[in-house]
Amino acid sequence: MTDPTQSPRPMIRVEGLSKAFVLHTQGGARIPVFDGLDLTAHAGECVALHGPSGAGKSTLLRALYANYRPGAGHVWVRHGETWVDMVTAPPRVVIDVRRRTMGHVSQFLRVIPRVPALDVVAEPLVVLGESQEQARRRAGALLTRLNIPERLWSLAPATFSGGEQQRVNVARGFIAPVPVLLLDEPTASLDKDNRDVVVALIREARDAGAAVVGIFHDATVREAVCDRLFTLDVRTEAA
Amino acid sequence: MTAALAHAPTAQADPHPLLDVSGLAKWYGPHLGCRDVAFTLYPGEVMGVVGESGSGKTTLLGCLSGGLEPSAGRVTYHSERWGAVDIHALPEGRRRLLMRTEWGFVRQNPRDGLRMGVSAGANIGERPMAVGDRHYGRIRAQALDWLKQVEIDQTRLDDRPAQFSGGMQQRLQIARVLVNGPRLVFMDEPTGGLDVSVQARLLDLLRDLVARLGLAAVIVTHDLAVARLLAHRLMVMKDGRVVEEGLTDQVLDDPHHPYTQLLVSSVLQA
Amino acid sequence: MTAPDPGVTFGYLDEQTKRMIRRAILKAVAIPGYQVPFAGREMPLPYGWGTGGIQVTASVIGGDDVLKVIDQGADDTTNAVSIRRFFRRVTGVATTEHTTEATLIQTRHRVPETPLRAGQILIYQVPIPEPLRRMEPRETETRKMHALSDYGVMHVKLYEDIAQHGCISTSYDYPVRVNGRHVMAPSPIPKFDNPKMHDAPFLQLFGAGREKRIYALPPYTSVVSLDFEDHPFTVQAWDRVCDLCGATDSYLDEVVTDDRGGRLFVCSDSDYCTGRRAAGHRGPMAATAAGEALSDAMAAVGREDGEARP
Repeated sequence: MTDPTQSPRPMIRVEGLSKAFVLHTQGGARIPVFDGLDLTAHAGECVALHGPSGAGKSTLLRALYANYRPGAGHVWVRHGETWVDMVTAPPRVVIDVRRRTMGHVSQFLRVIPRVPALDVVAEPLVVLGESQEQARRRAGALLTRLNIPERLWSLAPATFSGGEQQRVNVARGFIAPVPVLLLDEPTASLDKDNRDVVVALIREARDAGAAVVGIFHDATVREAVCDRLFTLDVRTEAA
Repeated sequence: MTAALAHAPTAQADPHPLLDVSGLAKWYGPHLGCRDVAFTLYPGEVMGVVGESGSGKTTLLGCLSGGLEPSAGRVTYHSERWGAVDIHALPEGRRRLLMRTEWGFVRQNPRDGLRMGVSAGANIGERPMAVGDRHYGRIRAQALDWLKQVEIDQTRLDDRPAQFSGGMQQRLQIARVLVNGPRLVFMDEPTGGLDVSVQARLLDLLRDLVARLGLAAVIVTHDLAVARLLAHRLMVMKDGRVVEEGLTDQVLDDPHHPYTQLLVSSVLQA
Repeated sequence: MTAPDPGVTFGYLDEQTKRMIRRAILKAVAIPGYQVPFAGREMPLPYGWGTGGIQVTASVIGGDDVLKVIDQGADDTTNAVSIRRFFRRVTGVATTEHTTEATLIQTRHRVPETPLRAGQILIYQVPIPEPLRRMEPRETETRKMHALSDYGVMHVKLYEDIAQHGCISTSYDYPVRVNGRHVMAPSPIPKFDNPKMHDAPFLQLFGAGREKRIYALPPYTSVVSLDFEDHPFTVQAWDRVCDLCGATDSYLDEVVTDDRGGRLFVCSDSDYCTGRRAAGHRGPMAATAAGEALSDAMAAVGREDGEARP
C-alpha cells in the first residue's frame, strides 16, 4: 500500500456524469444540470467546485454522495480496497460507504428529535464501533473547539440558533476520520472565529490524507483550504 | 439527510439476505392488492413502504409476514434455526414459532397487538413464556427491564394496558415484541393515531432500539417524516405497484416518479 | 341388581347413541386430554346438572356395575341423590356409597380420598371443557392452539395470578398438561385433587354436556399441573384435622353448625369420613353436640338412600 501523502492516490473518479431534473408536477419540465462530467479527487487534496449560482455545484456534490441519482455516468469511490460505483451500488453498500469512507457536511442539520447535541456529534464514531464514552469525549472536544458552550451539549439541537446548529453539524461531519469528505458551504453562516476553526479542521483532515471536495462560497475560506478548482458552467439551453 | 442512515448495517463481503421477495402479488378477486413486488432485505436493514391509503402497503405487509396468502410469488426467509424457508409453505406451527421468536409484528392499534386483560408485565412476558421460559422471577425482571427501555414507569408493571395512554400502549407493544430479540420486525403505521408530540418520542425510541439491536424491519407508513427518520431504504407504492425505490434520502430528495414527486411536494414543511 | 323400569332402554339412551358416545370415548382414550366432540343428547335434566357425565356413564354402564355418585365429595347432596336414583331406575344396577365397592363413580368437583384401583372408572361432570377459553375466547383459535401445542397463554394466566395475588390463586379447575401434550381442564375439582390424576391406575372420563365434548385419561397417564420453576405447584393444606374423623390427609369443608358462629371442618368426602369413624377414628369435635348432630345427619342420608332400594 502506498503512502497517500507521497503519491497522489485517486479516491473519487467521476466518469461521464449527467444529471437532469424532470418536474412531473410542473408539466414534465426537464431541467438539465450538467452533462458528461469527469472529475478525479486524490487523497490529501482539496478540490473546490466553482461556478456561478445555478451551475450545479450542490447537485454534483449530492450526486457524489448518492443523494441525487444521476441520469448517466459513474461515481467511483475507493472504499477500503475496492472501488464502488455510487450510482449503481445497492443501498446497503452505499450506506456502508457513507459510514466508513465518505463524510458529508451540509449547511443544514437535520434535527433528530430528543437526541442531545453531544450524542448527535458522537454518533458517527459510535456507529464505527467506538465506545460511547470515548466518542462523547471526542464530541465534547470538537464542540468546545467550535465554541458550543457545554451547557448546550445535553440539549437537543432543535432549539439552537442557525449558527449553532451548523457548528453541531460540522462537528458531526468531522468527528470520524473518513478518507473522503464532501463539504457543502460548511462556513456559510459562521462568524470569523468559527470560520477559522472550520478552516483548520478542513486542513487537518486534508493533511491527514482525506480527499476533500467542497463548495466554498467565501473566497477567503476557498483560498485557505483549496488546492485546485473544478469549474462548472451554467447551462443556458433547455435540452 | 443522514439521520437514519448513520446506523446503517455493515455491508460484509456477502451477508445472507434475511428476506428474499420475488414476484409477489395479491388479488382480492378482481381487485388488485399488490403486484410485482420484489426486493431483498439484509440483516439490520430498515425498509420503509410509503404510499397513500389503499396503495397496497398493508396487503404487502400481510403477504410478507405470512398472514395473507399471496396470489403469486415467493417470500423466502433465512431463518436462524431452519435456514432458507418459503414463508407460505411453512407449516402453521413453525410460522407461529417464527412470529414469536425471530419475527415481530407491531400493529398500528396497540389494542390489536396487546392482551388488554392482563398486566403490562404479562404482556411483555408472553413471548418468553410461549417459547418455554418457566421462571417467574426471570420473566418479571426481564419485563421490568423492558419497561425501562421503552420509558414506561416501572411501577406500572402490574397495571393493565387499558389504564395506559395511547403512546404508552404503543411503547408497551414494542417492548412486548422486542423482548426476546427478534431479527425482523414488521410495523404497520407504528406512529399512526398518536399525537404529534407522542409520535416524536416513539420515533426516537424506535430509531434507537432498531439501531442498538441491529434489527431488520419493514415499516409501512404514509408519513414521510417517519420514513426519513427510521428507514434506510424506501419503496413507494401506488395502486398496488412499487413505482420507485432506493435509499430513503434519494427517494425523498431526488424523486423521479411523478407520484413520488407529488407525494414529496405535498408534505407541509414545519 | 334390581329390575329396571321396563318402559325405558337400559341406560336411558338408545343403542345407537350409546355406540356413538362409546366411539367418542375410545377416541378420547386414544388421545389423552384431547377434547372429542360428540352429538350430545337432550337429557331429562338441565345443563349444569351433569348431563355430560350422565351420558358417559349411561354409555359405559353394564348390568353388573356398581355405581357411586358424588357431588363435591358427598353422596348425600341433591344432585348426587337424583343421578343415583336415575340410574337405578333406568338400569337397575346396584349403587353404593363406598368408594371401594364401586366400579363406576360419577363425580362432580372431587376425586375420592380413598385411592381408586385398576378397573374402576371415574367419570367427571364438566361445565367448561376448554382450558384456554379464559385467555382466548375464539373456539377456532383454541382448536388451532391445541393442534399446534401452542400453550404460552396458559402461563400468561398463571403469571398474572402471581403478579396480582402473590401466588397462583387458581385453586380449582387448575390446568394440567396431559401426557406431555394436551393442556386439559380437570373440571372444577380443587387443585388438591390434581396429583391424584397423575399416573393413576384407573380410567378417567370427562363429559361436558352443554359443550358436547368428551375427553379422557387412560390409566397411567402423566398429568402435570402447570407452574413456574420458582412458583411450583402446591396443593391446599390445612393447619387442622377433620373435626369428626381426625383425618390429616383429606380435603376439608367448612360446615356452619348453628347461627351463633359455630363451625366444623370436616372431610368433604363423606364416605371417607364415615369409613374412618366406623374404624374407630375420632376428631377433636366428634364428641360435641354439633359433631354428633352432623354425624347423625350423614348417617341418615345413607339410610334414606338404602331404604329406596326395593
